[in-house]
Amino acid sequence: MSGGAAQKPVGHLLGYGAYLPYHRLPRAEIGAALGSRGGRGERTVASYDEDTTSMGVEAARIALRDATGRPKPERVYFATARPAYRDKTNANVIHAALGLDAAGFAVDMVGSVRSGVGAVIAALDSAEPTLVVLSDVRTGLPGSAEETDGGDGAAALLFGRSEGSAGEGTALADVLAVASTTGEFLDRWRGADEQSSHVWEERFSEHAYGPLAESAFADALKKAGITADAIDRLIIAGLSSRATRQFAARSGVGKGAIVDQLNGSVGNTGTAQPGILLADVLDRATPNTTIAMVTLADGATAIILRTTDALTDYRASLRVSEQIALGSNALLYTTFLTWRDMLHREPPRRPDPAPPAAPPSHRRAAYKFGFIGSRCTECDTLHLPPSRVCASCHAVDRMIPAPMAETGGQIRTLTVDHLVFTPQPPAVLAVIDFDGGGRFRCQLTDVNPTSVAVGDRVEMTFRKVLTADGIHNYFWKARPVRDVASQTGAESTGD
Amino acid sequence: MAARGIRDQVAIIGMGCTSFGEHWESSPDDLIIDASSEALASASLSLEQIDAFWVGTAGSGSSGLMLSRALRTGDKPVTRVENMCATGSEALRGACYAVASGAYDIAMAVGVEKLKDSGFSGLVGYPPPSDGTQPETTAPANFSLLAPAYANKYGVDPNQLKEVFSRIAVKNHYNGARNSRAQFRKEVSLETVSGSPRIAGQLGVFDCSGVSDGAAAAIVVPAKDAHLYTDSPLYVKALSLAAGSAAGYIDDGYDFTTFPEVVSSSRQAYAEAGITDPAGELAMAEVHDCFTPTELILMEDLGFAERGCGWKEVLAGTFDLDGRLPINPDGGLKAFGHPIGASGLRMMFECWLQLRGAAPPERTVATVAAGRTLGLTHNLGGGPGEAVSFVGIVGTELSD
Repeated sequence: MSGGAAQKPVGHLLGYGAYLPYHRLPRAEIGAALGSRGGRGERTVASYDEDTTSMGVEAARIALRDATGRPKPERVYFATARPAYRDKTNANVIHAALGLDAAGFAVDMVGSVRSGVGAVIAALDSAEPTLVVLSDVRTGLPGSAEETDGGDGAAALLFGRSEGSAGEGTALADVLAVASTTGEFLDRWRGADEQSSHVWEERFSEHAYGPLAESAFADALKKAGITADAIDRLIIAGLSSRATRQFAARSGVGKGAIVDQLNGSVGNTGTAQPGILLADVLDRATPNTTIAMVTLADGATAIILRTTDALTDYRASLRVSEQIALGSNALLYTTFLTWRDMLHREPPRRPDPAPPAAPPSHRRAAYKFGFIGSRCTECDTLHLPPSRVCASCHAVDRMIPAPMAETGGQIRTLTVDHLVFTPQPPAVLAVIDFDGGGRFRCQLTDVNPTSVAVGDRVEMTFRKVLTADGIHNYFWKARPVRDVASQTGAESTGD
Repeated sequence: MAARGIRDQVAIIGMGCTSFGEHWESSPDDLIIDASSEALASASLSLEQIDAFWVGTAGSGSSGLMLSRALRTGDKPVTRVENMCATGSEALRGACYAVASGAYDIAMAVGVEKLKDSGFSGLVGYPPPSDGTQPETTAPANFSLLAPAYANKYGVDPNQLKEVFSRIAVKNHYNGARNSRAQFRKEVSLETVSGSPRIAGQLGVFDCSGVSDGAAAAIVVPAKDAHLYTDSPLYVKALSLAAGSAAGYIDDGYDFTTFPEVVSSSRQAYAEAGITDPAGELAMAEVHDCFTPTELILMEDLGFAERGCGWKEVLAGTFDLDGRLPINPDGGLKAFGHPIGASGLRMMFECWLQLRGAAPPERTVATVAAGRTLGLTHNLGGGPGEAVSFVGIVGTELSD
């Protein structure tokens, strides 16, 4: 490793997290349904109750969960090619779900895949600790390459100029250099009202990206004062797979240093891809590892980072490899199409769900988005939703806020509801008793209705409950706690 | 501070009840007209003689105008009430208290519901604008939470418990088959009930009450005037209502094997009526069997069976038409049907028939001939953890 130590870092990575949805679609399922070659491996699929915003919240929760000694983000930059809302800021939902201070700033950088690196560069330019949230849902028409090769997921990266309130050593990685190139050409595009994107012939993209990627990479290496052979891990992100392969071959970085793109287990997550791949690399990296992250999207951006000693003591609460291992590939292709609104099924004989109303959602934003209940200061009773009058001792206005999003619990009782409206029948309704006391009733998600049982452990997850009249109803559900050990155990008992 | 009750201060002197079911040709107005006309005829009264009206509906209309417009009552006072599935009982309660207060000589309570016009499966609520944080759920899902909780607490095998639930449905269908006004007039087998398609948890379609249209009405006068109108009035012994704190989904101490609101409202009613041994004193009870597990839990909450033993009493036939304490001799919500606003008054209509010896012989309970004079109606709104509960007690004799 040559010369990098002399360069002053342009920024610091203070925290990171990636979120992969639970569901996987085996590519063979697509092939079997359409009578085509489906391909190998599987892709991640955002559930019916997830979108880019809700997945962004989950990634951000992972990134901030182990935030001891790290500053709270003053800004949230949310990037996605598929925003849930236009006109309205989606980053505010994330800001609210994280319980961040109203004095901060949240903004969207949305529409194009390139917005992702744009948010990272903007964060590095920011004077305040800034959380970058990258999220995407990649879907094309049935039978398209995008449907097969795409993936859904999110990543969150916390950047700061200072190294955190605890002083030296809290940065997990120093950002050594950033360099970009910009080129106007038709590679991939999607009309404002279109669901799936178009791509020009990939050989053309390969041709157009080649010099842009090489030039940005060379510039970044120069700024960092190092050469390509000093790169220990090279992440190449981009939706044009031919172009990324070509750059890998021409980068001058050894083959062994080129990072696997997780195409077989995740798929290409577009805007989120560089963040998810970086999280996976950081999950395994040792201190003093030099990482280059090159993203090919309407030009190229190369970012060079070097991990610090602090990474030794940091462990993401949920690693990328764990989430890959814990997915379920029981998803049917027809269910996937239904969730993506490409297969219109007969609705139940029940009224259409009502959208949430703005004023009550505003009045209870701390509860609805942040899952903050109230706790009675007289008798310690927890109330979800928050209540002014204690249900136990009847004291009035003796409550303090009780954030419950990170508290686990157990299923006290549950039922499988075949009558209620849900895009994934049957619904599972459960009564959850929280660790340390308190109760909440909610729907379970990412759950198998035939095996879930009283006593199972659950955790809270931020979801899009439904969309009605163009309004997304975000709120919290519970999901079974899964870990690699229990998953392996379940398999060995034939469950 | 005391809830004293109005024992023997007012009497029911006339009642009416439409058949319950799919009234495709009847509007809510028609149902109100039919039930109130029958009630007036049974007391040989004309509409002009009624001084005030209470009309209960959960969602088939609004305001007093829904009755005054249907019956063209002129400028008489009409109060519309709503208390979820206990709405019909709430209408009766209002009329009784108004007469007991001395404000009116004759009052009428009408309960009505038209559920079949919506075209939806099951019950449908129309909640006010909200923050969207209430979980999407259904009545059968909420009540199905009772089953695993009961099985766990008392160590009853879930399959055994499923048979108990089926047994309750079979009983109520047996009774409904002997009732020309009931929505379902066919006996069903245990196998039919237990094998019916699942709706929620352990509950199948045959564990759920009928979605139906219907109306019922009662005319109330001061007890001292009752014999001016009829030789066989029903004296109101107790009217008790409990609206819980709705904390069952907050309080981790609640275990889903009881409705605390039912326990407190029934104890209050027994105190008002002077009853110390309900199972030994009542001739019959109409209870809110919206789903079969509800009826099981109610047997224990109302004091008709020991805690954890209700399921054995069900299997022993204690609550059958010819049992020690007949429950829902008219078929209950299960077989008679459940037009929300009408059900509480429909329950009272069965007391009106049975206690006065006017029920058809094929479903007459033997307890009345054996000398018992009291009947109970139990009407429940909401669900486990957040309920309103009404208990009414009536009798054919004035107390000493």
